[in-house]
Amino acid sequence: MAHAHAADVSVAGVPIETDCVIIGAGPVGLFAVFQLGLLDIKAHLIDILDKPGGQCAELYPEKPIYDIPALPIVTGQGLTEALMAQIKPFAPTFHLGERIDELARQPDGRFRLATDDGKVFLTKVVVIAAGGGSFTPKRPPMEGIEAYEGKSVYYAVRRMEDFRGRDVLIVGGGDSALDWTLNLAPIAKSLALMHRRDEFRGAPHSVEQMRGLVRDGKVQLLIGQLGKVHGSNGQLEGVTVKLKDGEKQLPVNRLLPFFGLTMKLGPVANWGLNLHENLITVDTEKFETSEKRIFAVGDINTYPGKLKLILSGFHEVALMAQAAHRIVHPDKKLTFQYTTSSSSLQKKLGVK
Amino acid sequence: MAKIIFIQPDGAQQVVQAEPGWTVMEAAKKEQIRGIEAECGGACACATCHVYVDDAWREKVGKPAEMEEDMLDFAFEVKDSSRLSCQIKVTAELDGLVLRVPDKQF
Repeated sequence: MAHAHAADVSVAGVPIETDCVIIGAGPVGLFAVFQLGLLDIKAHLIDILDKPGGQCAELYPEKPIYDIPALPIVTGQGLTEALMAQIKPFAPTFHLGERIDELARQPDGRFRLATDDGKVFLTKVVVIAAGGGSFTPKRPPMEGIEAYEGKSVYYAVRRMEDFRGRDVLIVGGGDSALDWTLNLAPIAKSLALMHRRDEFRGAPHSVEQMRGLVRDGKVQLLIGQLGKVHGSNGQLEGVTVKLKDGEKQLPVNRLLPFFGLTMKLGPVANWGLNLHENLITVDTEKFETSEKRIFAVGDINTYPGKLKLILSGFHEVALMAQAAHRIVHPDKKLTFQYTTSSSSLQKKLGVK
Repeated sequence: MAKIIFIQPDGAQQVVQAEPGWTVMEAAKKEQIRGIEAECGGACACATCHVYVDDAWREKVGKPAEMEEDMLDFAFEVKDSSRLSCQIKVTAELDGLVLRVPDKQF
């Protein structure tokens, strides 16, 4: 996960105060910036991925989408880039590689949000645009693996020191597996890389470097798959692996499986919102949740007739923004205007 | 229409009628076959529609393309008969196809 740059970290105890926090920087979260921006509402966007675009960027950047109005064909990446260009006048702040873990209502009606990185926001309005949920590393379906997570089984390397002097098994064939093989080999006591086939998806020069370490006897390369974990109290003592010539128990005490990402609802489930089959129920006038001032838009919400289409999300944010305006600017009168003809909207958009 | 038979890990069988041109994943989702999750909706981007092709059908179904082979790295308990069902196009030739659903998709 990408770490926050020093500049956008809230100084210890000093929260970032804003009108609106949008959770999720997928297409619907991005377009929310536009609709809110037209109504003078400043937004911060938080996303667990290290780039904006959500599923469009992570799952199908190259795949064509055919049902965006007026765009007969656009790729996930193309749509993301176009939305980024469209919201540029509103200069939203992105907080990437972070997840909102806590949400609590304050006595003044605002919300205090905290990320997994310790960043804190105070906001008048929350917009949940989290799509299919938070992208989380896939957990290999090995019995009892949960007990070891964060203690001796990790899905990302946050502190290299956790691996110093350890017997490490890395599993996977992409860049994460290769990069950590190269980076941890010098400090681990022993390091084995296991992949299901002798072909790697990662960058060719990383593959070459890895093969060099294998030739020099510094890394053991295994072709096989995970079987069982062994150990107690969260401390791994060994892993049974399935190799071509049968099962083998490796005496490792650190395991790093890299099997890509999956979407999980995540902390949103703990915020006291009414849910229906893991989706957030909203009204169809404002797309507000069961909690006032918290809105849910796009794939993560549900209401009678809901369709999980990007275009539905676009509609939802336009209506949500009207409701958010009444909360953020209670004293201002809201007049409905068109971007085509309104001088005031065009000024906001930077039209000359 | 082509008949596709899904066998669950517990031996339960379900038969699905699939229209040629669909993907096997689409046919499975339409009938809500247990264990076919297809989280990404068929973009070959998640490996949660993993199936094992019955040995008798492996030649007719064929091997995974390179992109699918890469994505199979994200599946669990991959075997030589593993395919992602979103990448198998239904044809009249596949009428009677037998597929096994893995224990878990992750």
